[in-house]
Amino acid sequence: MNAPLGTTGLILDEPLLWERGRPGRRGACLPPADVPPSPLDPELCGDGPDFPDLSEVDLVRHFTRLSTWNYGVDTGFYPLGSCTMKYNPKTHERQAALKGFAAAHPLLPASLCQGALQLIWELERDLAAITGMDAVSLQPAAGAHGELAGMLVIHAHHQHQGHQRAKIIIPDTAHGTNPASAALCGYRPVAVASGPEGVLEPAAIEAVMDEETAGIMVTNPNTLGLFEPHIREIAAIVHAKGGLVYADGANLNAVMGIVDMAAIGVDVIHLNLHKTFATPHGGGGPGSGPICVRRQLEPYLPVPRVVKDGDQYHLETDRPLSIGRMGSFHGHFGVMVKAYSYIRSMGADGLRRASELAVLNANYLKEKLKQDFHLAYDRPCMHECVFSDRRQAPFKVTTLDMAKRLMDYGFHPPTIYFPLVVHGAIMIEPTETESKEDLDRFVTAMRAIAEEARTEPETVKSAPRYTKVRRLDEVTAARKPCLVG
Amino acid sequence: MRYLPHTPEEIQEMLAVVGAESLDQLFFPIPPACRRQSALELPAPLSEWALDARMDALAARTAVAPQAKVFLGAGSYDHFIPAAVDALAGRSEFLTAYTPYQPEISQGTLQAIYEYQTLACRLMGTEVATASHYDGATALAEALLMAIRKTGHRRVAVSRLVHPHYRQVAATYLHPAGYEIVELPYRPDGTTDLSTVEAEPDLAAVAIQSPNFFGCIEDLAAGAAAAKGVGALLVAGFTEALAYGLLKSPASQGAEIVAGEGQSLGLPRSFGGPGLGMLGTRQAHVRSLPGRLVGKTVDQEGRQGFVLTLATREQHIRRERATSNICTNNSHCALRAVMYMAALGGTGFRELAVLNHDKAAYLKQALAAAGHRVPFTRPIFNEFVVDFGTGFEAVHRRLQDAGIVAGLPLEADYPELAGCYLLCATETASRQDLDLLVKEVSR
Repeated sequence: MNAPLGTTGLILDEPLLWERGRPGRRGACLPPADVPPSPLDPELCGDGPDFPDLSEVDLVRHFTRLSTWNYGVDTGFYPLGSCTMKYNPKTHERQAALKGFAAAHPLLPASLCQGALQLIWELERDLAAITGMDAVSLQPAAGAHGELAGMLVIHAHHQHQGHQRAKIIIPDTAHGTNPASAALCGYRPVAVASGPEGVLEPAAIEAVMDEETAGIMVTNPNTLGLFEPHIREIAAIVHAKGGLVYADGANLNAVMGIVDMAAIGVDVIHLNLHKTFATPHGGGGPGSGPICVRRQLEPYLPVPRVVKDGDQYHLETDRPLSIGRMGSFHGHFGVMVKAYSYIRSMGADGLRRASELAVLNANYLKEKLKQDFHLAYDRPCMHECVFSDRRQAPFKVTTLDMAKRLMDYGFHPPTIYFPLVVHGAIMIEPTETESKEDLDRFVTAMRAIAEEARTEPETVKSAPRYTKVRRLDEVTAARKPCLVG
Repeated sequence: MRYLPHTPEEIQEMLAVVGAESLDQLFFPIPPACRRQSALELPAPLSEWALDARMDALAARTAVAPQAKVFLGAGSYDHFIPAAVDALAGRSEFLTAYTPYQPEISQGTLQAIYEYQTLACRLMGTEVATASHYDGATALAEALLMAIRKTGHRRVAVSRLVHPHYRQVAATYLHPAGYEIVELPYRPDGTTDLSTVEAEPDLAAVAIQSPNFFGCIEDLAAGAAAAKGVGALLVAGFTEALAYGLLKSPASQGAEIVAGEGQSLGLPRSFGGPGLGMLGTRQAHVRSLPGRLVGKTVDQEGRQGFVLTLATREQHIRRERATSNICTNNSHCALRAVMYMAALGGTGFRELAVLNHDKAAYLKQALAAAGHRVPFTRPIFNEFVVDFGTGFEAVHRRLQDAGIVAGLPLEADYPELAGCYLLCATETASRQDLDLLVKEVSR
């Protein structure tokens, strides 16, 4: 390695959970039995699950050691494109753990949960203000769940209009979840290619939009990190044929306080609180994927709705046009507490400044890296930029190789092989919480890898070396699945 | 702002590299007509300390123990959570990582989820379990869609004793694509009436929850036989995962798919979410499963390691033909669950389940002894229905004002049960609490 950039520290071994412990140990206290035993009919009883018995120390060592094999935002730079891996403030964890939130039962009578209802109501208003939309539902549990809710709203709208439609337009730059979410509503995706500039062209939409098409699912800024400049014209084409515009708001972090989603013709947009609003991803969730809609679509939003009546809040379920309930209770309230804390800490100017610096950081990396890496679309970008491995191809070094080599330099790799429209894509989203010196360290590492690709390609192709495990056999894992120990 | 590291000088240096004169100029690709005309209208930003004060004030306006005595279950249960679970789950290496797409630097999450899948299987009796779904309701809806894919049939029969919210979510998921849900009635003893199943054509699934919404333990083996008789799969649901510390596991009773809520496994109630959707089935059905899976494999040097696997079922590969649209799931909740299951161990988990049953049985007997009718005779786990009579509403409200929630009124979801309430008692309720409740509702 050319520079002392990374870490090659202490890597611990740790067996599987059930290879630890002894029967009869325990790692948790039970309260004393202060009521008489009341044996259940033995016919109904099983033997109880075969869990290993561990002491509290066994438990703590096991999971602490496992945690050291992970890389999080708190560990270092995590430029995973499309995922907005910004810093997750510590105060959020304090707020969500407050007893009045964490211990609240979801079916408390309204008079006994005014604080929780007020928080949901205010967060809905804040998200409406940020997007420019009129009404918000915090029911959806994640981005794809928000997409599904949004598609169901569009489906319900067409149903109410008296004519259900069969198709939905999805550009080739869309997130993979988009077609799957649309399919759950019975819609057939119609793919549309983006133009040579990496953005959608109105003529391409005009050519496919008809009265059998429910609308369009568009990500703006798109997955190439480019703002769709023709979005208003495209929305007008879709609206003229009675369709609706669904926006995937996964990339909202580029445009807070800058773009008005209603002004660009969006009818429904989902947000990812676990991206834009700084709630932690937790190694794959829980997230929260609220949807924001225009006034005329509000009747279709999921139930229950939080309603403010004077200075009192309550839940309403009697909404005949609603798409129905999306989850067991009221969505991921614990995640909402964190997003609310974020918005109230940042304020209007702070959110706009976050978007400005996210865009600055992405453009800075784009300029610094484009001498060494092929830039798929050399245009000013928003919050992320997409390179490819074209310049490394002559040395038979791929995007995957370079991603793995970045780990040896102590960085989490960018998103790779997405978006699909760029062959060998390297999608970099730095976010606003990274300082210039962290970006510069990343640039140094990327340039070092580009140099290694030219001079010692085997080093890159055999990476990573300094991780807990090296490249894993994913083919056998899928062919002969071992999912349970 | 303490989360934004840039100094004014650095901003100028970086703008110079980019070739822009101001931050505003970075946004020139956005046409003016797409721009906001004014600043966002949001409340003024709060310091860390002012935020604490605001959140303390909001949190103070919900009724929680010890000031309040809340005898509610109905899909969200009060259990003690060991401090070790909070401390370990709070480690930021777990908390601030993304989905483990890069396995070499995600082995902590991956091994933990593999361990979760394993313990979840041991609990449900299944051969495989997914890495997690959003919650019990969406897990059940996905299980029904899976049964539809598996059988090619287009209708599902769902017991009226499945949690009402879960049935509503199933309708949200199934109706737009044209699938039909028929309801199975219940019998006077508080369990599902399976007698209508054999007359239902084109059934993909028979869905039964046990313990059911009335707290009664269902005969899942009878449900499996009824389903099998019409070429359908038994989908067994649950809202209280702890029950399987005591009861026979659902898969051992013939359930082909098991789907339920794991909130009881170390997750705070958090006003209903995030929870943990648990979903398991037989190995033979694994390629029809929705949701993420972690598998064991080896690295190029032969060392044990873990990866996300069978991705060809998933949305980012199969797109509109995927088994589900799920992407981000509730991984961190599954992590808490495996920590909790391991903290209790098999021995502790069994004892805790027995204690829950004893507490609820004590309360049930004490209420019956005080003259309240218990309408359903089937054995229960930690919740049950009591008929306080139609005049009880005023008492319920009076107690509520005193911070006692004497159960969930059932009339809204079961109009025939006016005056009936669903009560729950877990290990967190002391005998004193239970005696107090009996005294208050019997005055």
